[in-house]
Amino acid sequence: MISLGIESTAHTLGVGIVNEKEVLANESSVYSGKGIHPRKAADHHANVLKNVLDSALKKSNVSLEDLDVISFSQGPGIGPCLRIGATAARTLSLRLKIPIIGVNHCVSHIEIGKFATEAKDPVTLYVSGGNTQIIAYVAKRYRIFGETLDIGIGNMQDIFGRTLELKFPCGKEIDILVAHGKKYLHLPYTIKGMDFSFTGVLTEALKYIEKEKKEDIAFSLMETAFSTVVEASERALAHTGKKELLLTGGIAASPRLREMCEIMCDERENKFYVPPFDLCRDNGAMIAYHGLIEYKSGKRMKLEDTVVKQKWRTDEVEVTWLS
Amino acid sequence: MVIIGRGAEAILEMKDFKDLYFPSKDLKIEIVIKKRIKKGYRIKEIDLHLRRYRTILESRLMHEAKKYVRTPTLFEIDPDECYIVMEYIEGDRVKELLEKINSEKREDICFKIGNMVGKLHKNGIIHGDLTTSNMIYKFNEIYLIDFGLGEFSREIEKQGVDMHLLKEALQSTHYKYFLEDFETVMEGYAYIVGNEKKKEILKRINEIEKRGRYVRRDSLYNKQ
Repeated sequence: MISLGIESTAHTLGVGIVNEKEVLANESSVYSGKGIHPRKAADHHANVLKNVLDSALKKSNVSLEDLDVISFSQGPGIGPCLRIGATAARTLSLRLKIPIIGVNHCVSHIEIGKFATEAKDPVTLYVSGGNTQIIAYVAKRYRIFGETLDIGIGNMQDIFGRTLELKFPCGKEIDILVAHGKKYLHLPYTIKGMDFSFTGVLTEALKYIEKEKKEDIAFSLMETAFSTVVEASERALAHTGKKELLLTGGIAASPRLREMCEIMCDERENKFYVPPFDLCRDNGAMIAYHGLIEYKSGKRMKLEDTVVKQKWRTDEVEVTWLS
Repeated sequence: MVIIGRGAEAILEMKDFKDLYFPSKDLKIEIVIKKRIKKGYRIKEIDLHLRRYRTILESRLMHEAKKYVRTPTLFEIDPDECYIVMEYIEGDRVKELLEKINSEKREDICFKIGNMVGKLHKNGIIHGDLTTSNMIYKFNEIYLIDFGLGEFSREIEKQGVDMHLLKEALQSTHYKYFLEDFETVMEGYAYIVGNEKKKEILKRINEIEKRGRYVRRDSLYNKQ
């Protein structure tokens, strides 16, 4: 079976093609501005969609007629962006007369992570621009054990980066700054059970600008933020009794965060997994794969049900494809 | 040396008083050492700061709370080594106890729990992890342990969350008589803080539950 997935929740428009065994193509185009302007990002997605789709088909050597199912990210995300992906998916589904499946973006991250690594039943630390959540599968659902009470780590990085006039998305350049930082500047550390928040630490970090070296500020900010999520992940591991940690989302690119997760898991004698970066960030392949397994478990959707859900929570998804 | 508990953050060891301090014929006290362990993943500055800060805060909360409710007696605090030495309370955990007693006794315990929380809130203390695993029943009294997630605050929001956690704990672990039990807890609470305050807290709990982010999460697992 061949599945094509369209991802368009935020700044990435991605098209992926997968079968049960492997990722055949995973193409994308990223909108770049000062942050994400919803309409401009949606325009970008609409403009590049055809090219990205064509290159995915070309790369995978699959023609439109070979596809068995179309999936798209139905939420959560930015409305105008989501609608571009949804419209494209509906059009393809109607034209090719094949079924359409709308999937939850956050759950797709976990499913592709399990597909790409040896993780079987992990606690997932999902860190990206808009989302920062700690998720584990319990009693038929992916339950959120901890999450940010305000903004995601990526969002925090971008606001910090924008103040320093770095290029958006700022993760990469901040990682370079962090690697050169040495001095730790005191910052607040907010953790409430397994929940955390980042606006306080961001505000304090911004106050250091021009008083301290930017490398040191970036280092202190990221050390603090990462420590919070790793500590919460450790609590979730202890709480659920699970033995594996899966790190995913765009911020999984940070070498320091990977290192911290690895040390934490080593100290607890738990296993640590992180998928290849192309499958960590927002991408089409994860949507295609998630759509495929939902389809195979018997899920069908009517066209009326494919309306996008901007605030669709991870724990609202009924998991039918796992035992 | 016996390890009696191991959480994500700290290790609990049990020792004999005479082995740690001085031998005495009259003192037969068993003590618990709660040591916050070093975490290799975070830099030394953050790690030491957090462990120190939490050790001190927990001791302060416990000591302050002792004026109003029963908590283990503190013997020693070492902020640099990040440990607390306290009295070992030998009794029954309320978690198991509540399941095996008759309704009259249960009512008594629930009233006492409400009473206890009322006294803390009235005096500006938030426990932060009110589950029946953190309550020990000894000689007709309830001892409260583990103030690790607590704080000093008089905010209604924090009191609401505190009570909400207790409600969730009752609902998940003691679901059979949950409704009566929680009602009795709130009666005990009102006995200390008054009926107006009780209504206010109930309203706040309702609000917190409606936010949805708390929907059946803590209730999935019972903390050990």
